[in-house]
Amino acid sequence: MGDILGLVGKRLGLGAIILLIISAIIFFMIELLPGDVAQAVLGQGATEENLAALRKEMGLDQPAIVRYLAWLKGAIVFDFGTSIVTGGSVASAIGERFANTLFLAAYAAMIAIPISILLGVLVALLRNSIFDRVANVVTLSFISSPEFFLGYILILYFSVKWGMFPAIASLNDGMSFGDLLYRTFLPALTMVLVVTAHMMRMTRAAIINLLASPYIEMARLKGVPPWRVIVKHALPNAWAPIITVIALNLAYLITGVVLVEVVFVYPGIGQLLVDAVAKRDVPVVNACCLIFAATFILLNLAADVGAILTNPRLRHPK
Amino acid sequence: MSIFVIGYYAFLLIGSCLAAYFNKRSVFLLLFSLTLVSFILGIVGGTSALKFVAISAGVLAMAAMVSYAFREFLIMMVSDNMAKELRTAPLTAAFGMFVIFTYAIAGIFAPWIAPFGEAEVISSAFAPADQNMLLGADQLGRDMFSRIIYGTRNSVGLSLSATTAAFILGAGAGMLAATKGGWFDQFMGRFADVIMSIPSLIFALLMLSIFGSSMIVIICAVAIIYAPRVYRLTRAVAGDVVVMDYIEAAKLRGEGTGYLIRKEILPNSTAPLVAEYGLEFCFVFLLVAGLSFLGLGIQPPTADWGSMVRENATLISFGELTPLIPAAAIALLTVAVNFVVDWMLFRSSGLKEK
Repeated sequence: MGDILGLVGKRLGLGAIILLIISAIIFFMIELLPGDVAQAVLGQGATEENLAALRKEMGLDQPAIVRYLAWLKGAIVFDFGTSIVTGGSVASAIGERFANTLFLAAYAAMIAIPISILLGVLVALLRNSIFDRVANVVTLSFISSPEFFLGYILILYFSVKWGMFPAIASLNDGMSFGDLLYRTFLPALTMVLVVTAHMMRMTRAAIINLLASPYIEMARLKGVPPWRVIVKHALPNAWAPIITVIALNLAYLITGVVLVEVVFVYPGIGQLLVDAVAKRDVPVVNACCLIFAATFILLNLAADVGAILTNPRLRHPK
Repeated sequence: MSIFVIGYYAFLLIGSCLAAYFNKRSVFLLLFSLTLVSFILGIVGGTSALKFVAISAGVLAMAAMVSYAFREFLIMMVSDNMAKELRTAPLTAAFGMFVIFTYAIAGIFAPWIAPFGEAEVISSAFAPADQNMLLGADQLGRDMFSRIIYGTRNSVGLSLSATTAAFILGAGAGMLAATKGGWFDQFMGRFADVIMSIPSLIFALLMLSIFGSSMIVIICAVAIIYAPRVYRLTRAVAGDVVVMDYIEAAKLRGEGTGYLIRKEILPNSTAPLVAEYGLEFCFVFLLVAGLSFLGLGIQPPTADWGSMVRENATLISFGELTPLIPAAAIALLTVAVNFVVDWMLFRSSGLKEK
């Protein structure tokens, strides 16, 4: 077990370093701007004294590296400073919305993962049949459609024409869990469609790759029934690729949620990010980007670690 | 039971019986499973669901016929060598080529095809379609059809130039890294890792929030975001080429890095790079469409598909399909490029096995 822990620790360290570099990129890109935040807040007509006073108040008179370290220190304990536009704390604006986004992603994942793995295995077994080809074209179309296209089609049919689900996923405090699931069904379904297509294709490729390996052929030749070949011989080796597929798509879910949230006016972190970008509210944009990047890296790490845990061969890199 | 329903099932059943009789296994499976699904659909959704199935099947058949005809047309037009390749193209790839061809025509000849200018206000807001306006007017009273035609030029043009920029950057760095090796290679590899671990849409939003949204910024942002992906592939492909004997020979002849890249490595890695260009174009196109949809891409009054969907989204709540046409145009082009790329990848892998 020791060497596994060491490997996982090494990967975690690597992730932390990448996150550190990303935080530096995010922070110092803003330094490239002509003018600064104080100018942006007070506008063009501000006097020199006012600017100097505000710079002092916001700590902008310090050198960039000092401010970066201060910002980083805050970011570690989820203190991202105050928003330029609203003047409120960024952390409190993000907190609840991030939970909403996570909920939506988890909801979509709960539906998408079982369906896509089941279908992926099925299509891999039926490969080159007419069903496989139809599935190929259908999944390709879903992947190629922009999320807002799928979202609006679902709104058009499920809420405008058939009136089955609400078009706007508004949340309020006193909602029951069932009501919550009902109201967020359409945004979740949009993400399910995209992610299922991705995961199906990846699962199919992984399984087909596996079925081509010699020991599967050996099992078949010695007369093992097909379902037993799958369950006993293929599946234990398929876990590693499947876990990778799941983790990568979860990462996609967390970040791909931005467009879906805008379409369905869902109060998540993606919507916040888009609003902040439009208003050029730099502290909020920074914080959102850092959170998204951290989630993305964490899930990619999970994919790596999952692959290592389920495939002993990866523990001894050549 | 209307005549339509009876005809519908009769067609399916006769079709499946014929397919079974002539031993066309896959056609039979398709038709018969469609029959079974139709039973359920018919009970749940009534005649309208069956009509929907019939119309989609008709559209599919039309698309298949168009692609078949277009493939035959291409085979006749091009030289013998190319024709031999084209004959192996599946219908999906022919369909993809047909769509790309149509878009190219629409984009290049937009001012002649479109009946009105892209920013020309000709009627009241959201006016319905009439003999002047094929698809009605948008939220400011501009002709929807003309804007879609002009949008081809703007949206596709922007994505093409962004992809090209990413490609020049990524492929150039990749080949340089493969020939030079050493610390440059190491540094570029790590650098690409860092860029790739930031989600693309988020990174684009970050850059647009800092530099504002103009064409140049979008192109630069996309180039920076997608260049590492191109770099990875080019590095891998060029890495295989660099170890070949003829490279060794060229190096011994005393050729410089520039010559090696242009005359030795590039010609030997075109096939995967062209396929990669297609794939990257799809990603870039979707990203740019997403940015425009968020109101951060091409700025008005320039017609652009992503922003057109957003601007006219209110129509959707009245059950109108028109705002979705630009979105469908995006999806169609992406699917088409994917089909062609699929075929090219298959072809290049098939050639390698020989």
